[in-house]
Amino acid sequence: MHMADALISPAVGGTMLAVTAGITAYSAKKVQNEMDESKIPLMGVMGAFVFAAQMINFSIPGTGSSGHLGGGMLLAILLGPHAGFLTMASILLIQALFFGDGGLLAYGCNVFNLGFYTCFVAYPFIYKKLVHKGINSRNIFMGSMISSVVGLQLGAFSVVIETLLSGKTELPFGQFLLFMQPIHLAIGVIEGLATAAVVTFIWKARPEILERTAIGETLRGVPIKKVIVGFAVAAVMVGGLLSWFASANPDGLEWSLERVAGTAELESSSSIHNVFSEIQNRIAFLPDYGFKTADEDSIEEQPVVETGNSWPSVDAGTSVSGIVGGAITLALAVILGWIIRVSKEKKSRAVA
Amino acid sequence: MSNILNSLYNMGLLDDLARKKTFIHRIHPAIKLLTTIVYIIALTSFEKHEVSAVLPFVFYPVFIFSFAEIPVIPVLKRVLLVEPLIIGIGILNPLFDNYSVVLGDIAISRGWLTFLSILIKCSLAVTAGILLVATTGMDRLAFALRVLKIPRVFVLQLLLTYRYIWLLIEEALRMIQAYSMRAPGRKGIRISDLGSFLGQMLLRALDRAQRIYQAMNLRGFTGEYNAGKAPKIRFRDLVYLMAWSLFFVIARTYNIAVLIGVLFTGVGR
Repeated sequence: MHMADALISPAVGGTMLAVTAGITAYSAKKVQNEMDESKIPLMGVMGAFVFAAQMINFSIPGTGSSGHLGGGMLLAILLGPHAGFLTMASILLIQALFFGDGGLLAYGCNVFNLGFYTCFVAYPFIYKKLVHKGINSRNIFMGSMISSVVGLQLGAFSVVIETLLSGKTELPFGQFLLFMQPIHLAIGVIEGLATAAVVTFIWKARPEILERTAIGETLRGVPIKKVIVGFAVAAVMVGGLLSWFASANPDGLEWSLERVAGTAELESSSSIHNVFSEIQNRIAFLPDYGFKTADEDSIEEQPVVETGNSWPSVDAGTSVSGIVGGAITLALAVILGWIIRVSKEKKSRAVA
Repeated sequence: MSNILNSLYNMGLLDDLARKKTFIHRIHPAIKLLTTIVYIIALTSFEKHEVSAVLPFVFYPVFIFSFAEIPVIPVLKRVLLVEPLIIGIGILNPLFDNYSVVLGDIAISRGWLTFLSILIKCSLAVTAGILLVATTGMDRLAFALRVLKIPRVFVLQLLLTYRYIWLLIEEALRMIQAYSMRAPGRKGIRISDLGSFLGQMLLRALDRAQRIYQAMNLRGFTGEYNAGKAPKIRFRDLVYLMAWSLFFVIARTYNIAVLIGVLFTGVGR
């Protein structure tokens, strides 16, 4: 479920980074103010534990395939929502940096999708409500299962929204949603089973660990603050996204254009014209670019003919220049790297 | 199990590379982090069908690979491991977008262009991220995060997580080995054993955390992480950031590849 940099736009990535930074600062403040510092090494070790646990595959009965723990829910249950969120964020940062699982720009999206919903929605509103009635195997199982499923469903929905707002893929909303939600329902059930198994084991072996976090949380639960933070997050998200739509960013324009061109071709000629003049302005540093000889007369005509298509630079000249230039660029880069390396080696040999 | 070992090896390799002492390694960690972020933002801001204009962005990783003396093959291997995820989503583009585009004499589906664009951008972004770690290392990166005002608790906890990953993965490997010797020929751990398997591992981890906390207290832990001498941002660090940002802006604004192509082919004049 990790989103990659290449699939999101800077506007979506930046907004989500800001939102995540806000939640991180809030959680850090909570952890600093309200907990004894003994939780810091505990958070570190728990982060490493989830990291290791994610690598352990277990067989899923009846399918022949295998799965692994995600750990978001487990962290919230064992550490509480704030420390759990921070720990999940650090796991995701290490994965992004060392393994390229989800990039730096997509980091905000990933922390939000995998950390926020589990720690700040599923844990307080589902797991805690269920287990609060009394810790027993049944409540732990139900709590883990329902909260894992809900957390992952919300996360998957978020992935769909963020991907579509970024406009980097052609996936239609409905199809993408129908693809993501059922898959994450299955993943959520497995996550619920695994979380319930671990939590039940801990409850039987060392019940005081669970009771400690449960009591600590109920004493300090401040629901009003949570609501305020929720509203602040929503405000930032909406604000960021709206400003992005309002901006003259060609990405956004093109995206909305494609929506329009795809659904209402007949009514949209004026907006398409605007986009084409925009595009022509953008490439005007190469006048008459791409139209070499015979087509002189049809230059003015061409964009109008292709309105249904909304493809900005469909012409042979540009493509040829692009392909040749691209190849030369790559060759230049490789040669440059090779020269630097060879000259460095020579230098180090001369020194030795 | 082999993929767990691979992950450990990969982290160790990046750690070792970060200890080199080239001029790239000596650039202030916060500057390198910012440069990487500017790079990724410029890269991802391209329109989704752009292919040729993205190619000049290859110069940045090439520059780092060469000057920082980073071996190319292991990093590219890591990038290739991430690629299937992107291919999985990107491959649907040609299915949903089959307007045809004429390239020279060949007509291809427009979806293939967006797919190619995503693939190139993804490879470059992932490479840039890995190169950042390989030239900076976790400790200095954590310092960069502090410079950028990321909360202390988060940074401290990030460093501790990173440090204990080694210990806990080794522990997990020992447990998997013990399990597989008692359950030969089984793929993965049976779900009925999962609770006690992960649970035992978790209990050991919790005990370890307790011991660590006591040890830290005895050595005077006050909640602050002391990373030693803090490097200052110097003039040449700023020049480095400015120069790259300028290049990224130019490469983002003008299609350098097409300009070069026009120069060589004369098409478009």
